Amino acid sequence: MNSNKKLLGAIVQNLLLVIYAIFALFPLIWMVILTFKPDTQMYTTTFIFDPTLDNYKEVLFNSDYISYMIDSLIVSGGAVIVSVVAGVPAAYALARYNFPKKEDIAFQILSFKFAPEILVVLPLFMIFQKLRIYDTHFGLIWVYQLISMPLLIWVVRGYFEDISVEIEHAAQVDGYTWYQIFFKMLIPLIKPGLVSAALLAFIFAWNSFTFPLILAGTNVQPITVAITKFLGTDSAHYGQLAVAATVSALPAIIFALCIQKHLVRGLSFGAVKG
Amino acid sequence: MKEQNKNSTAANELNVVPFKTRMRPYLIVAPALLITIGIMIPFIMSIYYSLTSYSFRLPNYSFIGLKNWIAILKSGGFWKAVWVTLRYAFFSTALEMLLGMGVAMLLNNLNNKFSKILRVALIFPLMVAPITATIIWQLMLNNSVGIVEKFLNIFGVYNFPWAAGASTAMMTVVMIDVWVNTSFCMLLVLAGLQSLPKSPFESAKIDGGSPWFNFINLTLPMLKPSLYIALLFRLMAALQEYAIIFGLTKGGPGDTLMNLSLTSYQTGFQFQKFGYALPYILVLWIFINMVAKQIVKRQRAAQKQAAGLEE
Repeated sequence: MNSNKKLLGAIVQNLLLVIYAIFALFPLIWMVILTFKPDTQMYTTTFIFDPTLDNYKEVLFNSDYISYMIDSLIVSGGAVIVSVVAGVPAAYALARYNFPKKEDIAFQILSFKFAPEILVVLPLFMIFQKLRIYDTHFGLIWVYQLISMPLLIWVVRGYFEDISVEIEHAAQVDGYTWYQIFFKMLIPLIKPGLVSAALLAFIFAWNSFTFPLILAGTNVQPITVAITKFLGTDSAHYGQLAVAATVSALPAIIFALCIQKHLVRGLSFGAVKG
Repeated sequence: MKEQNKNSTAANELNVVPFKTRMRPYLIVAPALLITIGIMIPFIMSIYYSLTSYSFRLPNYSFIGLKNWIAILKSGGFWKAVWVTLRYAFFSTALEMLLGMGVAMLLNNLNNKFSKILRVALIFPLMVAPITATIIWQLMLNNSVGIVEKFLNIFGVYNFPWAAGASTAMMTVVMIDVWVNTSFCMLLVLAGLQSLPKSPFESAKIDGGSPWFNFINLTLPMLKPSLYIALLFRLMAALQEYAIIFGLTKGGPGDTLMNLSLTSYQTGFQFQKFGYALPYILVLWIFINMVAKQIVKRQRAAQKQAAGLEE
């Protein structure tokens, strides 16, 4: 009786998971299926059709798709590099030193994450045009700091705090300078955390839409903005739209797989140590 | 949140610290702060410009005091936008929290091969850009090629309106938001579940409490800190959601989905009334800050309470 009940419970639980998994994963599978579907069979078939690579050829070689991807790469990659260079020392200072206003500064940096993007972007649109950095890689890299810097500082700060101060003191006693300790000892220790925070910041920057929509025009077009063009111009080419969506999502998904273990900590800005 | 390093410099503070050493942390933080502080300038500007008649169309503008604010607070469009914003934030956040919690508990309970694969696979939607997610769902819901339409046809439902219908548009955008972000709540709750201490549950077993009693009195209070973090991040994002609604309907049909972010964007860029666009989003910013403070306060209290239960 009791074991029957247990079995039934397990079946129900598995079933519920299957239902959720279909909801969560089927759209992705469907998108990938569409990428191989020829336009002529788009309306008439569901799962059985003659697979083709034409959609990929059309999007990757006969449109500016690759240049949009490169723009995304430059802007997101640049943003992460700037955040790492400026953010890692800041994270260290916020973890190790005690100074007046420390928590205020840390919260100030975090609060940028919660500022409504439209609020930031409206005045920036004017400033960027006056500074002549509207529609440039530089401008976007700067504004992307709002995405990557808080994440990097808060997550890396947590990793620094996990390292006990004693080993730093021991190294000091052994006569190592601060720079040696920082670069030869601390950085290697936090490297896995740092790499995953940087990759997560890259994913967020890559996925950002509002900033490039308003602060970039025709010169610089990250993929998230460019992809809407595939949506608008010719609604008949669903296969190509699916390719555009699939290829643009790939880098983020691959990176996420690489940093699985650190994902929870990164996503919660260090608040939940998964 | 983080107070474990109080003693790191305590020794230094007893002696007189030279100015150079005292300034060092500020110098190290400065570059990061300066890069991001640039953003504070536009913020202060936006308060000022909200008090002017600035427009992208006209070369001159004048200071008009609270005129924009009063006009907006009196207009029906503003309150409509507030209502859309709140409804969107409430439904998407509530569904994501409940679903995320449910799925996390299932994954934690089952612990079989299937659930281990899902733990990895279910993060995929979260990594897809919201605008891309919108495109994926358009491919799903499309009335001519969409798989959902073909599925509904089996049940005799044809041309379900989804984003095009005034009464179904909200449901559709919320569904896309839930599709993208449920995994976020799931990951946080799962991490919380897996870090639960064993001993309180063992003693509860000896006391013979029912599973439901244990859930309400042990699991839930100890999960609360993680739940508040999930709530904080999701609610803040849902209140200012832009990409999904813009990608799917640009706020339509009509003004059904015009939340504060979209209204502000439209007023600023399409109607080019810059000064008039700002109060919408400033109100949102003030509200977001107030809510965030409340949640952070409760999160800390929950953390203290959970720490008490572990002993």
